[in-house]
Amino acid sequence: MVDEPSLVPVSNSVSQVLPSDLLVATGLCKSFGGIRAVDNAEIRVVRGSITGLIGPNGAGKTTLFNLLCNFLTPDKGCVIFDGAPISHLPPHQVALQGLLRTFQVPRVLSRLSVLENMLLAAPLQTGEKLWNSWLQPLRIRQEEQELRQRAWTILESVGLAAKANDYAGALSGGQRKLLEMARVMMHRPRMVLLDEPAAGVNPTLINQICEHIVRWNQEGVTFLIIEHNMDVVMSLCQHIWVLAEGKNLADGPPSEIQTNPEVLRAYLGQ
Amino acid sequence: MVGYLISLGIFTATFALFSLGLNLHWGYTGLINFGHVGFLAIGSYTTILLGIAGVPMFFAVLVGVVLAMGLGFLMGIATLRLREDYLAIVTIGMAEIVRLIALNEDWLTRGGRGVYGFPLPFVNFNPNVPTKLGMIALFWGVVGVAAWQWWHWLERRYGRSRPPWLLPSYAALFIAGTLSLWAALLPLSLGRGVATFPFVLTWVTLGGAIALMSYYCRPEKAAVLVIALNTLAAALVGLVVKALTLGLWDFSYRAGLLWLLILVLALVVWQLERLIHSPWGRVLKAIREDEEVAKALGKNVFAYKMQSLLLGGAIAAVAGAFYAWQLTFVNPDGFVSLITFQAWTIVVLGGAGNNMGTLLGAALFWAYTALTRFIPLDGGRLEALRMMLIGLVLIILMMWRPQGILGKKEELSLGR
Ligand SMILES: Nc1ncnc2c1ncn2[C@@H]1O[C@H](COP(=O)(O)OP(=O)(O)OP(=O)(O)O)[C@@H](O)[C@H]1O
Ligand SMILES: [Mg+2]
Repeated sequence: MVDEPSLVPVSNSVSQVLPSDLLVATGLCKSFGGIRAVDNAEIRVVRGSITGLIGPNGAGKTTLFNLLCNFLTPDKGCVIFDGAPISHLPPHQVALQGLLRTFQVPRVLSRLSVLENMLLAAPLQTGEKLWNSWLQPLRIRQEEQELRQRAWTILESVGLAAKANDYAGALSGGQRKLLEMARVMMHRPRMVLLDEPAAGVNPTLINQICEHIVRWNQEGVTFLIIEHNMDVVMSLCQHIWVLAEGKNLADGPPSEIQTNPEVLRAYLGQ
Repeated sequence: MVGYLISLGIFTATFALFSLGLNLHWGYTGLINFGHVGFLAIGSYTTILLGIAGVPMFFAVLVGVVLAMGLGFLMGIATLRLREDYLAIVTIGMAEIVRLIALNEDWLTRGGRGVYGFPLPFVNFNPNVPTKLGMIALFWGVVGVAAWQWWHWLERRYGRSRPPWLLPSYAALFIAGTLSLWAALLPLSLGRGVATFPFVLTWVTLGGAIALMSYYCRPEKAAVLVIALNTLAAALVGLVVKALTLGLWDFSYRAGLLWLLILVLALVVWQLERLIHSPWGRVLKAIREDEEVAKALGKNVFAYKMQSLLLGGAIAAVAGAFYAWQLTFVNPDGFVSLITFQAWTIVVLGGAGNNMGTLLGAALFWAYTALTRFIPLDGGRLEALRMMLIGLVLIILMMWRPQGILGKKEELSLGR
């Protein structure tokens, strides 16, 4: 730490990774046929922060998320998580590094109960290995007990405990959003990518969701949030990145972004 | 009659085993496997060819299982990373390749002439009388416990007032019904018509039992239906119990085979139930629901799909060994794609993603096959009619109860 250079050079790019950065992506490109959905985009997220990602519809925000955790392979570019490149890892490995994501349209496992949705999310369970069912049945049972405990605690904190034994497919849209977030927290993530956590949710629930995010953030989880609701973004985020037509338009603290003429133009149209 | 029921039992249990593998693939993991019969073929041929070569039977089956898993591995490597429709196409192709190899590689499988005269289990096993009695006693112990559990379940669920004479009189009527059903079907199995008097007696006694039970249960229409179905199903089970007992008494090769098969089936069901209720099974179900979610939560979807494919294939290979032992003559015609779709029928009939449903589906399918055999038509037409009827049954089932007989209704109304 002392005599090592604190700046790690990133390939193909002039940007550098600061030790305070948890996630850095540079030069990301992704085209679908002729559409350049993400075009040489850059993003960096400071450890322990809540960072926002905004932009008009179709700006490429969701695509950028998919590139960050390798749900899509980038045409070009590099993603560095906690000082190590992750662009070569398959998506499940990215998750196991502690970088979790939610989906814009919430995806729950319909024919599993809410509780099972939660239990599933815990990483590296003994019982997930086929042979351990025979080799370590007692340990599995004990682990299940502990996981159940944890799942209940989290479900209670987000107010889904009453639904624990219902099918997840029977939840409402807002409840699904909650479940998705709770499920991700079950994984004990280091960083979470939230894709529009407040979309289609009533104002009261939006407030609750914001409170949960702040609480989890205080527990040490870093957030990167895509959101169209400006109140949410401006109140939660310490730093905001703006994307338009796949390119970086601006980045800075909320106060700056709110008054940036280019951002206003992108949002309000010419 | 005994021989016929035992044959039927072996077919039912073999197909139940075979379909359990498919249920693991489709019902629990969501893999569309249209080439399940390929595993069956490899299991059959390996077991009997190695058996002829003098390899002990247990190891021959084991090698068959390993080879079937090899086939599963090839299928998986080729397709599991792609969308599931590719798996469907590749599996059906692989199964056909296996069949065509069996048909054309004459030096290995004797081609279309088929293989026979291979070693069978239990041909040299002749238990003495005390052993037989012991086995029968053990069997009846198990049956007794199961019957007691069943009765309690029925009573707990529907019993309203429970006069002490209800159980004895119900039991008496029920046993009389089962015995007369046996007497009614006896000439049928010999190729003659149903015996009329015992047949009428069956309905009278069983009807009496149902009416008696219904009278003392909650006055719901649904309860009567459930009790009636339960009683009829139990009567059929009663037939099997009698056949199995007689089979134990004059211990034949086939009776031994059926017993071994039931043992294996029980073991497989037990372990499968354990597995699918374990965290491993939870991941499989998650993949069935939405594999992107499983991926996003750090599960190696490919590895789990592969494990499911291999395990289900291994179960089918074991079924293949029994299939060959039951037929005692094996040729490639026994492994056409129709067999795969029979397994699909069984799984869908009982309710995908439910092992008990698969067992029930197998029983219904073979009961259907056995009953339609007596329709007076010549071979080809009968076959065609049967296919039409089972298709019709499936269509009606899909309209009336798309989740299968034992499937859960609530699951249908769930949004994605
Ligand atoms: N799989 C795909 N195939 C083809 N085009 C795609 C695909 N995914 C995204 N696109 C295109 O890429 C562009 C960016 O889409 P993206 O979903 O990233 O937008 P977004 O910023 O998340 O928008 P919104 O705010 O509406 O969610 C859009 O023009 C979209 O049509
Ligand atoms: Mg989006």
